[in-house]
Amino acid sequence: MTTIAPVELSIYDRMLEAAPEGERLRLCLQCGNCSGICPFGYLMAYPPHRIISFLRAERFEKVLETDTVWMCVSCYACTQVCPSKIPLTPGLMARTKEELILAGNVPSELQSALENSQRYGNPLGESPRKRADWAKDILPAVKVMGQFRQPVDVLWFVGDYPSYHPRVQQTARALAKVLNAIGINFGILGPDENSDGDSQRLAGERGLFEMLAEKNAKSFSRYKFGEIITTDPHAYNAIKNEYPALGISYPIRHYTEFLAEKLDALKPLLKTEVKAKVAFHDPCYLGRANGIFDPPRELLAAIPGVELVELAHSRANSLCCGGGGGGMWLDGFQWEKAHVRLSEWRVQEAMTAGADTLAVACPYETPRFEDAAKTVKGAGQLHVRDISELLLEAMGM
Amino acid sequence: MNIVVLVKLVPDLVEELNIDPSGAALDMSWLRLIINEFDDHAEEQAILLKERGGGQVTAIVPEYEGADEVLFTASARGADRLIKLGGDFLVANNHALARACAAVIKELNPDLVLTGVQANNDLDGPVGPTLAECLGMPYVGYVSGVATGDGKVTAMKEYPGGLKAEMQVKLPAVLGIQAAEQPPRYVAVSKVRMVMKTATIETRDAGALDGSGAPAVGRMFQPEAAAHAEMITGSVDDVADKLVNIFKEAGVL
Repeated sequence: MTTIAPVELSIYDRMLEAAPEGERLRLCLQCGNCSGICPFGYLMAYPPHRIISFLRAERFEKVLETDTVWMCVSCYACTQVCPSKIPLTPGLMARTKEELILAGNVPSELQSALENSQRYGNPLGESPRKRADWAKDILPAVKVMGQFRQPVDVLWFVGDYPSYHPRVQQTARALAKVLNAIGINFGILGPDENSDGDSQRLAGERGLFEMLAEKNAKSFSRYKFGEIITTDPHAYNAIKNEYPALGISYPIRHYTEFLAEKLDALKPLLKTEVKAKVAFHDPCYLGRANGIFDPPRELLAAIPGVELVELAHSRANSLCCGGGGGGMWLDGFQWEKAHVRLSEWRVQEAMTAGADTLAVACPYETPRFEDAAKTVKGAGQLHVRDISELLLEAMGM
Repeated sequence: MNIVVLVKLVPDLVEELNIDPSGAALDMSWLRLIINEFDDHAEEQAILLKERGGGQVTAIVPEYEGADEVLFTASARGADRLIKLGGDFLVANNHALARACAAVIKELNPDLVLTGVQANNDLDGPVGPTLAECLGMPYVGYVSGVATGDGKVTAMKEYPGGLKAEMQVKLPAVLGIQAAEQPPRYVAVSKVRMVMKTATIETRDAGALDGSGAPAVGRMFQPEAAAHAEMITGSVDDVADKLVNIFKEAGVL
């Protein structure tokens, strides 16, 4: 009797299976658009189109000998312009990073964020028990589902940075107050919430992503709620587009979508003039990856006194803040390679547009842009505000 | 080379520490345990030695909550044999731990035993020297590099003040690792999950634990503020005068 040994998939085959539609990799024209539009493509030894050509030549090991793939911030710019519609960001780039991780080629900053996510359920390495501490002093009290134990209309998936990062906690508090002001019956998971895992997935840690998703699924199933809203576009993207394939499916909206639909209730409360020339930065995972461009602008336009201006790169052509795909945890590594941060380019664009306020809708962005404003010449006076913070200001709170 | 690594779990300082009602111990009921950082380095050093010179690595973890996960992670890194030592180690001191482990390690007939040089809960001294005594082996601590050959190891030992020494030690020996030659490698979750399906954890019962010989803890307490800083207020001249007086009183002016 002959036994047929299982065939080990080649790296090329594994790449094809790395994402839905991954088969489209076969259609690559080698046009190089992906590498041209990549904000850090000029620093990569193997930008996307070159990875594909080396895969085809069965010389992928050459790619694994380098580390510049870690410059990829998973911003979807390459995927957006690919004429063959290859899922470059979630497929090729994430899979290449996964190969690097399995080969032990992980920058140490990223390693500790991944280890923290494994152990504590958040990349910051904070105590899971303190996940709802930011909400302590808010009235009416923010309901933590594990204590409240009653159904809510809206389950707010707060996210890692709004829960723990001192600057971003301010945006969480602002959004809680806005939701309270329009009478939304909402709750949060608190200690039962884990990182959404999306950035870890795009940084190549697929197993960790699945582990975190399973933990969140367990928490979701424990409570009754009508829909989920998120502060973080990455969490939105994960729960909307990635969790269903793991059998985790819930109605989900980003908070800007949710609030834009509540504008009738919101508008009468926006009485305080906010005199500001505001430029909105489209977050990659709200705009380019999920097509949500208008709701954030509708919210800003509803604020009395706000004059909206557009950045040079806007909407689908937006420029990443540099925090995605693990970029949040590769700051030192990327600085060594680039000596510039994408957030600094973006702040420069805001100055060129004549904005005095840079409005954001992603938790990675407030600290990134505020830090960048300190280093970009002449940008010291630029305000960086989450949309929820501007809404609260317009409510006179 | 037959290498044994002893790994213990210690209180995770991300969570707040509370004192037990007895007033002489930590309240362990809410504590989460984490791999002792130095033992993590010992494990990495063991795997590096194996990768360089071949051999077998056995990881021993006393029974705590989370011990299985630590053992599976060791396996995913390259450990060949996993042993969990059963017993009530949560409240055991290092004397008890060393005696219990020595009994198991003797059976394994190791050439080299590695463990972390220290841990955040070493109340009765580090476990390494006590273990070496129980095993009748030589011990070198504060090691940050190991070379093997000819039935000997050369250990790089660090001293305070930037001094280093190369020490030749006859095998079998126990080394207390301060730092592996490279930081402990990352283990992808998918690798650990795969290992969980295939690897086996052997269990040994430590029997009754003997913690005799260790000092008894009289009182355990959070650091207490003894004196407060004095804030000097007033105009610049006032502040300067007051400072000068303080320096004079202290005898430095």
